[in-house]
Amino acid sequence: MRLGILGTLSLALMLISQVALAETVRIGFVTTLTGGAGAIGNDMRDAVELALDHLGRKMGDSDVKMFYEDDTFKPAVGKQKTEKLVKKDKVHFVTGYIWSHVLMASRNSAVGKGPFMITSNAGPGAVAGKLCHEDFFSTSWQNDQTTMAMGEVLNQLGIKNLYIMAPNYSAGKSMVIGVSRTFKGKIIGKDMTKFPAQLDFSAELAKIRAAKPDAVFVFYPGKHGLQFFKQYSQAGLKDEIPLYSAFTVDSLSLPRLKDLALGSLMTQFWAPDLDNAANKRFVADYRKKTGRYPTFYAAQSYDTIMLINSAVTAVGGDLSNKDGMRNAMRKANFPSIRGPFKYGNNHFPIQNFYLRKVVKDAEGNYTTSIVKTVYTNHQDPYAKDCKMSW
Amino acid sequence: MNWILLLEQTLNGFQFGILLFLLAAGLTLIFGIMDLINLAHGSLYMMGAYFAATFTEWTDSFLLGALLALPACMLFGVILERIALKTLYTRSHLDQVLATFGLILFFNEFVRLIWGPIGLDIPLPELLSGSVELFFGIRYPAFRLVIIAVGILVAFLLYLLVSKTRIGMLIRAGASNRQMVSALGVNINLLYTIVFGLGAALAGLAGMMAAPIMTVEIGMGEGILIITFVVIVIGGVGSIKGAFVAALIVGFIDTVGRSFLPDILGLFVSNDVADTAAPAISSMLIYILMALILAIKPQGLFPPKGT
Repeated sequence: MRLGILGTLSLALMLISQVALAETVRIGFVTTLTGGAGAIGNDMRDAVELALDHLGRKMGDSDVKMFYEDDTFKPAVGKQKTEKLVKKDKVHFVTGYIWSHVLMASRNSAVGKGPFMITSNAGPGAVAGKLCHEDFFSTSWQNDQTTMAMGEVLNQLGIKNLYIMAPNYSAGKSMVIGVSRTFKGKIIGKDMTKFPAQLDFSAELAKIRAAKPDAVFVFYPGKHGLQFFKQYSQAGLKDEIPLYSAFTVDSLSLPRLKDLALGSLMTQFWAPDLDNAANKRFVADYRKKTGRYPTFYAAQSYDTIMLINSAVTAVGGDLSNKDGMRNAMRKANFPSIRGPFKYGNNHFPIQNFYLRKVVKDAEGNYTTSIVKTVYTNHQDPYAKDCKMSW
Repeated sequence: MNWILLLEQTLNGFQFGILLFLLAAGLTLIFGIMDLINLAHGSLYMMGAYFAATFTEWTDSFLLGALLALPACMLFGVILERIALKTLYTRSHLDQVLATFGLILFFNEFVRLIWGPIGLDIPLPELLSGSVELFFGIRYPAFRLVIIAVGILVAFLLYLLVSKTRIGMLIRAGASNRQMVSALGVNINLLYTIVFGLGAALAGLAGMMAAPIMTVEIGMGEGILIITFVVIVIGGVGSIKGAFVAALIVGFIDTVGRSFLPDILGLFVSNDVADTAAPAISSMLIYILMALILAIKPQGLFPPKGT
């Protein structure tokens, strides 16, 4: 009898502790919040907050606590902030990461140290290939993929001689490798500029004019893209040589570029007008909340939170069940803004890539619209170097 | 060798040099005369751009906007000097570096609060937004020609001011021997305020000139400030002439190096190596030049007399 009472009591205690143990989900978000690129981080934070609003600020029964950290666009700072999130704040997920070089510097401070790491933008080849890890996921793409799609587009357009410009850092190199993988014509010139210091491209633009290519392809994320487009037009090249880009024109730069970018073509995995329910809700509510069109950075950040939610709810808020959360995330079982997709063995999405064009919407705002699908269910070329299988 | 390309790159180097000169002239005066290391000079550059962007929006004219922004920058500099910097003159250089670095952070946040994080743009008048045909069929952006013209005009006016007027005489005297100037009964505080205001206006002018090419952004002055310090070290601290010559040299080497180094390297090593090494080496060129000048002429190319 006494044993029975003890048994009931301990059962009751267990139940109580189960309820009390619905631990708060702690999510670190490392992005750039100050300086010229601060606007990007700002956009990502707005998207994260919108995602949490959509979830009612809860994942299942668990509360959510966000830790936003500013990497100030510097790999060393990003690594410090990642370490702080992992060791001091003991986050369950460390996410964000705009820049490939910041991600590469931060990776070893998070992966294998407890939390899951989810990149919301950067996709350097190494983390998709040899360095792939069971605790590392992406809600964006691998760097090469978007420019591989651009290479196909350039082939279809019959471009024979191409001039490429990109910043000299890990993502810039990946983007150039990507387009070179698929482009069948000749690359007659290539300039890798100092990043992020170089903002004046006069010398390179003069070389482009002298080289007379059929087309120019650039990758200049953030403010660099804005300045490149301006200077390209001021140099009188806009009407002479067609300019194609990737990750260069976004919803932050479009209201400022206006007609300079109108009609400009780029490749991307997503666009604000992509036709699915999750995306329609995201874009509409984001515009209501901020008055701006979301950037692709924002879209990917929204998906990061939704992916985490799918993991937390799958294990009923038991954050110690890492295997359960990993298996849930591998299913990509959440309403993604890109529509349904599958994860490859390296935890990078296998997804479509589209050709997008800059247009004006019904109210006269500048935005991008999908022209056609370039790749269907495309997997990155590094997946085969990843030893992981599941 | 493509001569038209070389000519165009020379023009580009010249234009970059002129922009550096506008910044360096103010910095070298402040450093040389007031013995103040002002890391916040880049913030003045940024303020110039933001003022010009705002006034351009109000008046719908870039010319009017720039004309209004110029005195605004000068006033801003004078207020900054009176409130924050005058307490630093007797402190060590390290204290000045710390304090003016703090000012950079302060101004970056200040700009974010007032103008927001996204940055601004200055639309150019139709006439200046395209390119024009020069001699030998060279096409060159019209606004970059304006920068060159404005820079040469400012250099000429500065020359007149420094070598033909009484205030210029005091500036020259201050650059060579500060204590003697104050010992002779010159109101050194007033001179400092004037010099700082002038430096702020020049930095602001550089910001306004750069803004339509690049964009008006938080922290836009930080990268260019480092190169500006290289310029004044090469030119000789306190010398406007030195700043002018050194700015043109640095502008030319940086631009031409960026443009031709990959090809030149490609003659000696494989293309892959050249592609990787060239951006690294070309961004080092001006520092190599600075090290050479420091080794040969530690005072810089044109040190003010008496130092």
